[in-house]
Amino acid sequence: MLDAESCVVIVGAGQAGFQTAASLREQGYAGRVVLVGDEASLPYQRPPLSKAHLKLEAEDAQLHFRPDAFFAEKRIELRAPDRATAIDRAARRVVLASGERVAYDHLVLATGTRPRRPEWPGIDLQGVHLLRTVEDARQIRARLQTANRVVIVGAGFIGLEVAATAGAAGLPVTVIEFAERPLKRALSAEMATHLLRAHESRGVTFMLRTSVASIDGSDGHVTGVTTTGGRQVEGDLVLIGIGVQPNTELAEAAGLAVNDGIVVDAHLVTSDPAISAIGDCARYPSVHHPGAVRLESVQNSVDHARAVAARIAGKPAPYDKLPWFWSDQGDLRVQMCGLSQESDDVVLRGTPESGRFTVLRYCGDRLTAAETFNNPAEHMTIRRILAAGGTLTREQAADPAFKLASAMPVTAAVAKPAPPPAEAPKDG
Amino acid sequence: MPQITYLHDDGSRVSLTVAVGANVMRTAIENDVDGIVAECGGAAACATCHVYVEPALAKRFPLPTEIEDEMLESTASERRPESRLSCQLNLPAGLDELIVRIPPVQVL
Repeated sequence: MLDAESCVVIVGAGQAGFQTAASLREQGYAGRVVLVGDEASLPYQRPPLSKAHLKLEAEDAQLHFRPDAFFAEKRIELRAPDRATAIDRAARRVVLASGERVAYDHLVLATGTRPRRPEWPGIDLQGVHLLRTVEDARQIRARLQTANRVVIVGAGFIGLEVAATAGAAGLPVTVIEFAERPLKRALSAEMATHLLRAHESRGVTFMLRTSVASIDGSDGHVTGVTTTGGRQVEGDLVLIGIGVQPNTELAEAAGLAVNDGIVVDAHLVTSDPAISAIGDCARYPSVHHPGAVRLESVQNSVDHARAVAARIAGKPAPYDKLPWFWSDQGDLRVQMCGLSQESDDVVLRGTPESGRFTVLRYCGDRLTAAETFNNPAEHMTIRRILAAGGTLTREQAADPAFKLASAMPVTAAVAKPAPPPAEAPKDG
Repeated sequence: MPQITYLHDDGSRVSLTVAVGANVMRTAIENDVDGIVAECGGAAACATCHVYVEPALAKRFPLPTEIEDEMLESTASERRPESRLSCQLNLPAGLDELIVRIPPVQVL
């Protein structure tokens, strides 16, 4: 446990970095907390950037985790916009782009990811966008006001969320995807195929098994995309969402172990015991999956942050949280919990035709994960069963009459509030 | 100006002056009211901004959507008839004070 004279430096002020700072104070850590972010904004949430925040009425302040005053009150020293350029591990100091050097007793790397930027000809044309930051979203939102046709490269979560938003705004949308189906690595074929059909029925055009050869333009502005098969797809707004890469350069330059992510142990500690890595940039051993994983999600960021903050505050415990995720694509809501592998097979609960269903993933007899479509109650129930170490047999999962909640391990009790005080105030 | 009052499980309370239409979750977050976690940022995807609306006032709000209703089935603290996700509650006009009780835990 670090004392009141110590200093924790957090590099990265996204969901994981912000949550670490907030959780350190919640856990009673009394030392200095320095939070370094490379964007000019107060720390903010990214999930809405591909959804509600693309709509005209969006306001940046609604994205902020906390207002300005919070940081002063909690003595969180926000250095933004600034950026860590080097870690001096021997001296335990972080060098910032501004020239400041901050000594740390513990350093938390929450450097996140950045979108992959392909080397296609035309990538620099006006109207070609990647989406990661609030500034990216602002530019796309402005472009959506005047665009006539939208081309989205990559049928991942970002691509499909933006496709739904642009489609709902009345714009024709074409999604180009290299694989034979959307979300190939993330979802079962059953769920992905259903999503594909749902988007198609809302007017989105898909070009699957299709690669981009070049982005075309005139007068510096994008006019469309040419595929490797020679087909031309018209569009004056092109969004590229073909995945991300973890920001590991700082860690790598400091000599920390890196392997598509900063490598950490079960306590989220890097190869240097004075440095942790968390969130999208960290590759950690999961108790829910064979081998190490690197996950990109709110849950992963928040739970990692809480775990590291608790450890610094003197309450260490191996990280064992169950991953979960959601994606709102217009009126389609996909939720996942657990971690599946592509080879896992599936048990369907309910039918896609009914408008809501669940895909349960099995590795042998082990329930590994569940994907739900417009079915939040089943998502939450299965999530709690898995988190509590429980399971469902294939027969139970497939039986619509089986009450999932009855498979809940008895330890997963629900907290009850204290009875209201007798003098509970009533409305005037 | 109307108020939102948040009652904590330990009996403490905080009252905030707000505009009509203020979101009950955002108001808590912006004023650092303990006990509203709001992990998903208001998408009704996490059930960690659970509140108990003072029963007499519950009918002043539109009924929960199907998604909210289902998420409420899995709150970390007991669901009660007056349970809501505060991210889905905007202060209606004509109410001087909205009182919500914050449950003992939001995260399992």
